[in-house]
Amino acid sequence: MTEQIDKALAREYEAGFVSDVESETFEPGLDENVIRRISEMKGEPEWMLEWRLSAFREWLEMEEPEWALVDYPKIDFQSISYYSAPKSMKDKPKSLDEVDPELLRTYEKLGIPLIEQQMLAGIAVDAVFDSVSVVTTFREKLEEAGVIFCPISEALHKYPDLVKKYIGSVVPKKDNYYAALNCAVFTDGSFVYIPKGTRCPMELSTYFRINEQNTGQFERTLIIADEGSHVSYLEGCTAPQRDENQLHAAVVELVAMDNAEIKYSTVQNWYPGDENGKGGIYNFVTKRGICHTNAKISWTQVETGSSVTWKYPSCILKGDNSVGEFYSVALTRGRQQADTGTKMIHIGKNTKSTIISKGISAGRSNNSYRGLVRMNPGAEGARNFTQCDSLLIGDQCGAHTFPYVESRNPSAIIEHEATTSKVSDEQMFLCRQRGLDPEKAVSMIVNGFCKEVFKELPMEFAVEAGKLLEISLEGSVG
Amino acid sequence: MSNTKSLLTIKDLHASVEEKQIIKGLDLNIKPGEVHAIMGPNGAGKSTLGYVLSGRDGYTVDSGSVTLDGEDLLEMETEDRARAGLFLAFQYPVEIPGVSNLEFLKASVDAQRQARGEDAITSADFLKEAKAACKQVNLPVAFLKRGVNEGFSGGEKKRNELMQMLLLKPKLCILDETDSGLDIDALQVVAEGVNSQRSADRSFIVVTHYQRLLDYIKPDFVHVLSDGKIVKSGDASLALELEAQGYAWLQKEPAEDELEG
Repeated sequence: MTEQIDKALAREYEAGFVSDVESETFEPGLDENVIRRISEMKGEPEWMLEWRLSAFREWLEMEEPEWALVDYPKIDFQSISYYSAPKSMKDKPKSLDEVDPELLRTYEKLGIPLIEQQMLAGIAVDAVFDSVSVVTTFREKLEEAGVIFCPISEALHKYPDLVKKYIGSVVPKKDNYYAALNCAVFTDGSFVYIPKGTRCPMELSTYFRINEQNTGQFERTLIIADEGSHVSYLEGCTAPQRDENQLHAAVVELVAMDNAEIKYSTVQNWYPGDENGKGGIYNFVTKRGICHTNAKISWTQVETGSSVTWKYPSCILKGDNSVGEFYSVALTRGRQQADTGTKMIHIGKNTKSTIISKGISAGRSNNSYRGLVRMNPGAEGARNFTQCDSLLIGDQCGAHTFPYVESRNPSAIIEHEATTSKVSDEQMFLCRQRGLDPEKAVSMIVNGFCKEVFKELPMEFAVEAGKLLEISLEGSVG
Repeated sequence: MSNTKSLLTIKDLHASVEEKQIIKGLDLNIKPGEVHAIMGPNGAGKSTLGYVLSGRDGYTVDSGSVTLDGEDLLEMETEDRARAGLFLAFQYPVEIPGVSNLEFLKASVDAQRQARGEDAITSADFLKEAKAACKQVNLPVAFLKRGVNEGFSGGEKKRNELMQMLLLKPKLCILDETDSGLDIDALQVVAEGVNSQRSADRSFIVVTHYQRLLDYIKPDFVHVLSDGKIVKSGDASLALELEAQGYAWLQKEPAEDELEG
């Protein structure tokens, strides 16, 4: 049976192509001059450059974290290029007609058509290619509702006060090694502002694509949902298939004001490296949201890519009655390593959090859940429910669970459930005895295992995620 | 022997599990529409026979031949045997959490239809059929939405197996100790379901330890399996004889290779 599953798992990475786009790329290397150049390229205000430089100085003093259960050679930060942009983007195309057709073709090939007529109605997309945003669709329609959805580089010009007020307010500059690096060198990303009492009329989505070789991608996303507003945001990502590892260190900050709700969904499909662990993306990401009174933040992630993942989308439940949710599916195969989970910090009274984590390990991969639930002394009546399930496919992979629980309030209730199961011979035999081929059998069993998380994804994404898993397991496509 | 072509032909089958030989020279011939009961003491190789025929991993055929409808069954992958019309009703049906019964059944039916070059059945039509099948095996329709066997009682699992059989419409059904763990009411429901499926183009191998099931499902032939071989064959009355005398008298008898169904 193991042989059949291995076969089923040996898939190709469909997003692994390289686009032939002429780019302007910085020489590899990192010092204050590089940061000044990035800031200059973006025409940033002085305070932003100062902010970047102070983060860089902090970063120089920091140590690369080693506590995660992942193993990779030391990264040489001087061998990475910190800025790369298609040349055609230099003159800032004003409409889609002016965008390099090769860029549009790239996104079309990835299944993200940027021509509005062809797009899924109801989803606005910000397409980020290496270090710049290529295009943001449906902006006018969003503006009618007062919603701001634009590249963060543009927001720095148009809405400097909003950016200045909130950037670094949820993830401080020196929060951690990679976050500090991101603060210093981030190039682009999305900015979202939903005004008071507004329900965003469509799903917002950012699609990140790394194309250039030896380039790191450091994007920064900032979403602010003002009082009583509501937004659902989706994030997708892919990269070409290369033998060298590439670094992706993003920071995402969410601010949910009183009574606001943010739903943030990710389908992460960075190139995972080949079956022997050669190549692939190092995905070191800091994602965190703050909930004010009665606010709610819901993180849903489907992680199938990257050679190494280090990622803990978290919620600070500051306001009374606020709610944090984390729904995660992490699939690792080949030599992939994932150390992922969440932090739920309960500060306000009657705050509630739910954590549902599904880890699937196959091949010779390692998959860890790491999560912290903290009940502060003021978190009267707070509740958490955590469920961590691991599914093993084959007998050479690993699944690990590291739950950290800190309760400083006796009225808080914390529940934790964990299971580990295997795709059993009996299950495979039942499926095949009913006429299903082994690939279909494995993907059906895995999809069933993930059902609780998939139902949290927006419709289009749920279908996409199901397919991605099926594809991941099927052997034909990526 | 009539001239009807046989559906299943097993010749001098030897098979082992983990290098231990369990089936030791078994012959069996089943024609379309026939019901054969296979009885025998524990450890005789009854369940092993079902697994070997359906191609479960870990069950190795050492020698002999098996044909289904004239095709070499042993050459086929597990799923291809199913698509060729072989169905095994499990003694202990396994759970597949999160995969709904309906989804599982539809995928199975789709896979089999596709293999036969038939058009896919529409979801609406399939749902209609599935609901009718539920009714026939006395399972609430809500079971279609539940995970495959997830939290089902023993009886519900067996009825669920039967429902799968109704929808897949196989040529050869192997019922592996379907009566185990069933109370008399559940047994009757299952037996009625099986009887309703008896037809000129569907055959059954009913594996059972007890005669009880055969009160409800009348076999055309009864075979006694002992130490990996069929040691005695007869008609339905043989089952009654076994009920009265047990298996011991047969195990002492020297095996006769000529005995055949």
